[in-house]
Amino acid sequence: MIDLLGFGARGWGLQLLQGMGMTLLVAVSAYLWGLGLGGAAAALKLSGHRGGRVAADAYTTIVRGVPSLLVIYLLFFGGNSAATWVVSLLGFNGPVELSALPVGILAVGTVSGAYSAEVLRGGALAVPHGQVEAAKALGMNRWLTFRRVMLPQTLRYALPGLGNVWQLTLKDTSLVSVVALVELMRVAYLAQGATRQPFLFFTTAGLLYLAMAGLSGRLFARAELWAGRGVRRAAR
Amino acid sequence: MNSPLVTALMAALPQFVTGTWLTVQLVALSLLLGLLLATLVAVMRLSHLAPLSWVARGYIYVFRSTPLLVQIFLIYYGLGQFDAVRQSVLWPLLREPYWCAIIAFVLNTGAYTAEIMRGGIEAVPHGQVEAAKACGMGGGLLFRRIILPQAFRLALPAYGNEIILMLQGSALASTITLMELTGVAKAIAARTFQPIEVFCLAGAVYLGMSFLITRGVQLAERRLTPVKR
Repeated sequence: MIDLLGFGARGWGLQLLQGMGMTLLVAVSAYLWGLGLGGAAAALKLSGHRGGRVAADAYTTIVRGVPSLLVIYLLFFGGNSAATWVVSLLGFNGPVELSALPVGILAVGTVSGAYSAEVLRGGALAVPHGQVEAAKALGMNRWLTFRRVMLPQTLRYALPGLGNVWQLTLKDTSLVSVVALVELMRVAYLAQGATRQPFLFFTTAGLLYLAMAGLSGRLFARAELWAGRGVRRAAR
Repeated sequence: MNSPLVTALMAALPQFVTGTWLTVQLVALSLLLGLLLATLVAVMRLSHLAPLSWVARGYIYVFRSTPLLVQIFLIYYGLGQFDAVRQSVLWPLLREPYWCAIIAFVLNTGAYTAEIMRGGIEAVPHGQVEAAKACGMGGGLLFRRIILPQAFRLALPAYGNEIILMLQGSALASTITLMELTGVAKAIAARTFQPIEVFCLAGAVYLGMSFLITRGVQLAERRLTPVKR
């Protein structure tokens, strides 16, 4: 039974590792895309611009209120149908199928961004306002104040929350397997179908997710220590 | 207005209603059983008996760090692999996707809720425990009358988030053939070739339910907190 997980002729070891690589690729890309999207949404929420605030609120409320699976279905099947319509306007016929990887990253990242937005907004609000005033008094313009004063401190305060969003994003990538992107979960599904060993392969997949979550959790804990150096804690 | 689409959606309405009802059932049953499990696990987690605490910690860690999809597939596909399971008295239950989904959801929400409950229990001021002890209460009575009601109240806002996460997680039941809201939406989208409209409609139903849950939790919080009443 163990040779099914190995790298021999009957083994699925290589595919599982490749699947894990794909999972990490989707997770990291989606997380970064989500950070960008979430940062923009947080900035809009904190800005005085009314329309922007409403749009950002709508984005975070809607995406956090519906299942991630539904967002993936909407972007994947809806994206295909929209693309088919666009090409039909250009005079081409037949259904178009978008590549699962970019759509998967886009979908998982859009969900991730809605959570990042709230975390980043909280982080920005935690920076004392006096610091912004002090920066102004020193003659810094808005961009410089943002880059030197707001951004580093916002990230410091937001880091624990961003770690949670990363864990969520990593787990959400498993949902992309339903649109046939060959990541870890999909490999496990194909392997159990071929070998009739579902328990073995889903347990293995679970352990690999556990390993990824554990290791990346360590990295975030390290990053928190690094970002918090020189900060005096209330307790401990 | 795109009238064939409207006709198609109207024809699919009964399916949407039964799908929504199944979603509500799955979520309600899982939350109820999950809360019982979580209370037990939270108490184990805080127990002074080290092995009990370790078991609770291990369970919480594993179920919070792996995707729900893995848990569902492991129970639905994985357990059926063993002859011992197939011949056991539990097989009529484990054969049904409905009960597999419920078991997976209960174990999943139980792990998250246990941590929320632990936070609630730890937040009860220690003076309350001392006062209760001074009144002669101890053990089960103290836990039942003093700690648990206050822990529930303190944990309520965080538990509201967990309810919404459970609602969203219930969409995964569609991956093991259950026709709940997401499953119905997918089937109708495939039939009508109008995925955008159909999935947006399903999304609106989910949003409506999330909104009701948020309001319900706010109301419950106000009712359970005498100061705010």
